[in-house]
Amino acid sequence: MKRFTCDELAGLVTAYLEDALDRPDLDGVRTHLATCEGCERYVEQFRATVVALGDPPPEKLPADVRSRLMSAFRERRRL
Amino acid sequence: MGSFAGGGLPPDDVVVTALRAGDETMFAALLDTWSGGMLRVARSYVSTDHSAEEVVQDTWLAVIGGIDAFESRSSVKTWVYRILINAAKKRGARESRTLPWSSFEHDGAAEEGRGLDEVPPGGRQEPPVAWPTPESEALASEVRGLIAEGLARLPPRQRTVITLRDVEGCTSEEVCEILEISAANQRVLLHRARTAVRGWLADYFESVKQPE
Repeated sequence: MKRFTCDELAGLVTAYLEDALDRPDLDGVRTHLATCEGCERYVEQFRATVVALGDPPPEKLPADVRSRLMSAFRERRRL
Repeated sequence: MGSFAGGGLPPDDVVVTALRAGDETMFAALLDTWSGGMLRVARSYVSTDHSAEEVVQDTWLAVIGGIDAFESRSSVKTWVYRILINAAKKRGARESRTLPWSSFEHDGAAEEGRGLDEVPPGGRQEPPVAWPTPESEALASEVRGLIAEGLARLPPRQRTVITLRDVEGCTSEEVCEILEISAANQRVLLHRARTAVRGWLADYFESVKQPE
């Protein structure tokens, strides 16, 4: 098992959340998180950030662009 | 999750057969499910709403023209997004805003710290302060605005990766295929982008904290 500083741990959060760590690194991260409140909070905030990113303001094509594309799709069938 | 999650779309073979047969309902479903996410991704490369809309429009026209030749070597989603990225890159290169495309095209992950000086790559200086629960709609909407603004300041490659992954809900495999980058490179870019966004949120929550 590896031992990580808080700084090193912060660099591994994405790999940790993606299940991309090898066994010794994963054990090291888990052990560190179990005993370090600051890093535990940091990882939680990382997760919260990802959740917030997944809730963007709605976005859609302007109606005229959409209807132009629908016409283009229809036209193609007639050629 | 973003519109890119593909909510409710049937499997690819069904989609492709329907499009080839001229099924307008299916085309409309794809258009409405993916265009929002495509606009967000296009914005990583071009500077105006209008340009982003044109890029998305050109992409769909290329999809309409290319569906008969589509060979199912990739998923429909990946295929559409690759067309989008190519169209957006071309458009971005033509625009007056001069982006450092050389650093975009090459594996420039190591030099991607531009604009993020305040965020040590992957490090943290002090124990993080607790965040409030964003229970109020006002706070949630502020956070949304802050994130949108922040994404615009990220280096293009980081912005594209975090938009595809975390905003649109693509898998890492899809992102690697769409952008033709390695899994390790994808993870580095994603990690830097997330670290930056978390840092901005932390600054924001710190600034709105009620004095005790």
